[in-house]
Amino acid sequence: MQPILETDKLTIAFGGHKPVNEVSLKIMPNTFTSIIGPNGAGKTTLFNLLSGQLKPTSGRVLMKGKEITHLSPAKRTRLGMGRSFQITNVFPSLTVQENVRLAVQAQAGVYYNLFATPKKHAHFEKRAQELLETVLLGQKGDSLAKNLAHGEKRKLEIAMLLALETEVLLLDEPTAGMSLEEVPSILEVIRQIKNQGNRTILLIEHKMDMVLSFSERLMVLFNGKLLAEDTPENIMRSELVQKAYLGGLYDDAS
Amino acid sequence: MKTNWLVSSRLWMGMAAILLIGFPFVSDSRSALILLTQIFIYAVFAMSYDILLGYTGIISFGHAMFFGIGAYTTAIFLHRWDHTMLAFLVSLLVVLVLTGIVSYLIGVMTLRLKSHFYAMLTLAVAGLFLVLAEKWRDLTKGSDGFTFYIPDVLKDRTTLYFASFFFMIIMFFLLKRFTDSPTGKVLQAIRENEQRTESLGYQILHYKIIASVVAGLAAGMSGSMYAITLRFVNTAVFGTNVTLDALLMTIVGGVGTLFGSIVGSALILLVHAGLTDLAKIHWIFERWMIFFGALYILAVMFFPQGVVGMLRQWKEKWKRA
Ligand SMILES: Nc1ncnc2c1ncn2[C@@H]1O[C@H](COP(=O)(O)OP(=O)(O)OP(=O)(O)O)[C@@H](O)[C@H]1O
Ligand SMILES: [Mg+2]
Repeated sequence: MQPILETDKLTIAFGGHKPVNEVSLKIMPNTFTSIIGPNGAGKTTLFNLLSGQLKPTSGRVLMKGKEITHLSPAKRTRLGMGRSFQITNVFPSLTVQENVRLAVQAQAGVYYNLFATPKKHAHFEKRAQELLETVLLGQKGDSLAKNLAHGEKRKLEIAMLLALETEVLLLDEPTAGMSLEEVPSILEVIRQIKNQGNRTILLIEHKMDMVLSFSERLMVLFNGKLLAEDTPENIMRSELVQKAYLGGLYDDAS
Repeated sequence: MKTNWLVSSRLWMGMAAILLIGFPFVSDSRSALILLTQIFIYAVFAMSYDILLGYTGIISFGHAMFFGIGAYTTAIFLHRWDHTMLAFLVSLLVVLVLTGIVSYLIGVMTLRLKSHFYAMLTLAVAGLFLVLAEKWRDLTKGSDGFTFYIPDVLKDRTTLYFASFFFMIIMFFLLKRFTDSPTGKVLQAIRENEQRTESLGYQILHYKIIASVVAGLAAGMSGSMYAITLRFVNTAVFGTNVTLDALLMTIVGGVGTLFGSIVGSALILLVHAGLTDLAKIHWIFERWMIFFGALYILAVMFFPQGVVGMLRQWKEKWKRA
């Protein structure tokens, strides 16, 4: 089978520093892969390269066998790759509803409609509301995004990603900053998407229990290098990984 | 949510509209009529600027060029061809084509770059049009400009007043429809967070160009109407002051609200008229740029959301109380 996502010696250099260094990986369709690694290992940077926020210094990114290294983020989203951001990245002065609505509208392919009245697209609002309920923000639709608590912004971020209904989902620490009571319900949302079985999910996460229970594959990133790629059981057993990552270096706080 | 007639902005707008429609029948002040006519036309110009600044977050230093293209095109058509309604309507069509082309080209050239390129290029191109209007003497009579006749039906000051009033109302609703449309929503998303908008799959450049063209078209139309009310045109319509007026009007009235541009236009032109009157008492009032500068600073410092933005905030508080 052809990998849905593939990188070939993907590298980015900021000056002499290479946060992502010759990373070659293959992601199979409808799999759940987690990426772990200490702070600063280059996980977010790898996502930025996959989704097009950053352009690599060298190497290639392929989606369904087609090279996308030079496509803009917008084009990659249209091809079916959506992502959420570790640092909350929403539209602050728009309402929570409008934030999700924009994602719903993009998914519907309504890009250049200059004169339709809001009524004509009432179903966008309805869909946005459903998604908000999924992430437990049903009551917050009319608040401005900037007035949300940190954890709520994280949920909004997930709702926007879900709205895109992309085949590939890149989740960058979706539960970071949420209160402990909220985490299980968001995990449940992720589990549901996984169980539908028609999405390819890449997850960056520090919470080990979460990673282990969800993932079919685990990747370990360390100093910009792909250190290991295997099933969770094998990774946990691997001496190299134990030494480099799971040993003293792992920062449990974050 | 409690609805209260006191805070219903629709009601207030309706009342204002009735007052304005009734005005010519109760007042015989010619200068007041002319001032209001100017307010309506400048309101459209300011609204067009608001599409750029308030909705999309693009700064232009040369928006006057579209105003000037509109004013000169209409003036030249009426002067050269005939002072009939037909000539006027054809000139409006030509204005739409010209401003459409110019705003599109400037957008394509600069909007993919960092935002200050648009500001600088618009400034430069507006300067070019100013020079063109000065040097192409055959057509424009140089910096002195020229007077011309307008279609007979528009000659009456009251008719012109109503024409401008309905021009403003129609433009307000058209632009409102635009900003409420799916595309209009994307513009606001771009203003809020460009990179995030792109990652949702929207191609930013296309939207910025759409904003540039819509703003250019609306500004061009307001320029045409402006020339009609003056029956005169000169190179001042391309001046940086015209752009600064629009900037001031949208900021004082409230960016990103459209309606704020109408309020801003009224405030600025009324203050302007008031200062001109005071200039008879002391020369300092003639330097109205000083006052506008001060007003601008005060507005940005104390109510950056403008009059309409502030009213909306009070309304929200009132509703919650
Ligand atoms: N735009 C940039 N310019 C310069 N350096 C950068 C840039 N982006 C990332 N880096 C550097 O790349 C390294 C990897 O950062 P990255 O954010 O990818 O780490 P991470 O694995 O996501 O860490 P965390 O677990 O803390 O989120 C860091 O040293 C960071 O300073
Ligand atoms: Mg990170």
